[in-house]
Amino acid sequence: MGAIGSYVENIKDAVTTIFEGMAVTASHFVRKPYTVQYPDRTEVRVQDTLPFRYRGILEVDLEICTGCLACERACPIDCIVIAVEKDPATRGMIISQFDIDIAKCMFCGLCSEPCPTGSIHHTTEFEGADFSLESLIRRFVKEPIHAYKAKKGPETDPRLAPILSRGMHYLDQWAQPGGDKPAAGTEES
Amino acid sequence: MRTLVQTLLASGFFGRNTPYDLVAAIAVFVLSAAVFLGVAFPFAGIVSWVERRVWARIQSRVGPNRVGPNGFLQWLADGVKHVCKEDIVPTDADPVLFKMAPYLVVLAFVLPWAVMPFSSALILADLNVGILYMTAVTAITVVGVLMAGWASNDKWSLIGGIRSAAQIVSYEIPAGLSIFPVVLMTGTLSMQGIIRAQGWAPQHWFLFANPFTFVAANILFISALAEGNRTPFDLPEAESELVAGFATEYSGMRYLFFFMAEWGNLFIIGAIIATLFLGGWQFPRVSNNPVVMNVLELITFNVKVLFLVFVSMWVRGTLPRVRIDQLMTLCWKYFVPIAFANMIGTAIWVAIWPEGNPVAGYIMFAAGIVVAIVFIRRVVFYAKRSQMELYYYPTI
Repeated sequence: MGAIGSYVENIKDAVTTIFEGMAVTASHFVRKPYTVQYPDRTEVRVQDTLPFRYRGILEVDLEICTGCLACERACPIDCIVIAVEKDPATRGMIISQFDIDIAKCMFCGLCSEPCPTGSIHHTTEFEGADFSLESLIRRFVKEPIHAYKAKKGPETDPRLAPILSRGMHYLDQWAQPGGDKPAAGTEES
Repeated sequence: MRTLVQTLLASGFFGRNTPYDLVAAIAVFVLSAAVFLGVAFPFAGIVSWVERRVWARIQSRVGPNRVGPNGFLQWLADGVKHVCKEDIVPTDADPVLFKMAPYLVVLAFVLPWAVMPFSSALILADLNVGILYMTAVTAITVVGVLMAGWASNDKWSLIGGIRSAAQIVSYEIPAGLSIFPVVLMTGTLSMQGIIRAQGWAPQHWFLFANPFTFVAANILFISALAEGNRTPFDLPEAESELVAGFATEYSGMRYLFFFMAEWGNLFIIGAIIATLFLGGWQFPRVSNNPVVMNVLELITFNVKVLFLVFVSMWVRGTLPRVRIDQLMTLCWKYFVPIAFANMIGTAIWVAIWPEGNPVAGYIMFAAGIVVAIVFIRRVVFYAKRSQMELYYYPTI
């Protein structure tokens, strides 16, 4: 093929490739965009689409917290501060402070593993931005509260039973990666 | 214009002995300010938003849709932001040239509006050298861009400016040669004269008049894109190589001026092509009322121009940037010889059929429809092959 041939070939290539390219991009005009318009224009909240075991911001169910300090000891960066004292009257434990510093927390999940009741657990919440470090400290105890004392056998208090079963379900999930067998219901202490 | 000034003088608003020239000057300033602030600049701004939305859809994104309904006011937010920014002049820059360059670029953008044929009556000045004037004043851009590149005292700016100069000067030649066939067929350079020589029906457009004009229209469109520094020819401001080319050292309002001129030039590119090849404002005579006819013609002209603006955005979303040597190869080895061949071919055509060949128009138009159908079939093929649900809403 001579010079003229390659010249004409070049023109033909340019025209046909641009023609095809324009057709490809034109087909994109009738395709739905992939964009997820986080945070305010999603069909469901993004938090609700996350898996159950997602390690989001920590939360504590104080109703079932035994005050055992297992999470405080497990925390590698000491972002959990718990103060418990004995109540001389009932010989039970009183939790007077339960603070988690979300600014320090590295979401390793080591605190929720040893928790005997699943009281401290991760949520799927991840939007923690705030204007000051101080406000990132989550203070769960508003006023001193009696620690939960695990009973032998199933939980009989109808108010606490669903919370406890939820915590146990969470722990089961934790113990069985990938498994989602039903909640054990109770735990012998 | 003259009657307007005389009415103003007669009203006695300016006092008794006001000279005619003073009132005329004020009227010119006020009117041109109204046209540019009310039409040209908002158009440039809105095009910037439309362009971002169009690219976004090409890339399966959404684009700016937060400011105002569907993000329509994004251009105002961007404009206010740029105007409020500090106007920085680099220490080593040439302050006079540096400050003057954006105005020259904007000047090259506003001058063509004088001969813009919006309708049979709506034209500021129907110069008898209209299309020549259009190509001449749009070429002022090169002075502004080169000035910006030189005065910034920056290697990136200088390379961008020099590239732009080389590019615009080179592509003036095929662009000018592609205007020739139309001028040969009409025997006039006036914008209105060229439009009146065409009909409202596509087979009477110069695009389909003969094979040479069809090629000329394409060459003119591509050359105009190159002159407007548009992708795939945006080498002067190649972001990945030259930061922002000649605009590297600019900030705030002066930076905005360059890009306003670039987006506004899209309208001028579209207007040149629509006037020369797509029948301009020609519309079938459905009414004897001149106002109704002028409004219909205005709409026709704008639809044609906006379609071409859309095509240039579409091209920008499709094609990658060419290399500088490919750019020059395309111009000098392909466009210039083909444009010359076009010119000679049209001359022969006009010599054989001085009044034009009506059959050729129908054949060319039929061929154009066939190409369009093939194109739509390819689009449908690619849309189906993507295995995605189809979504026909232009906004989201």
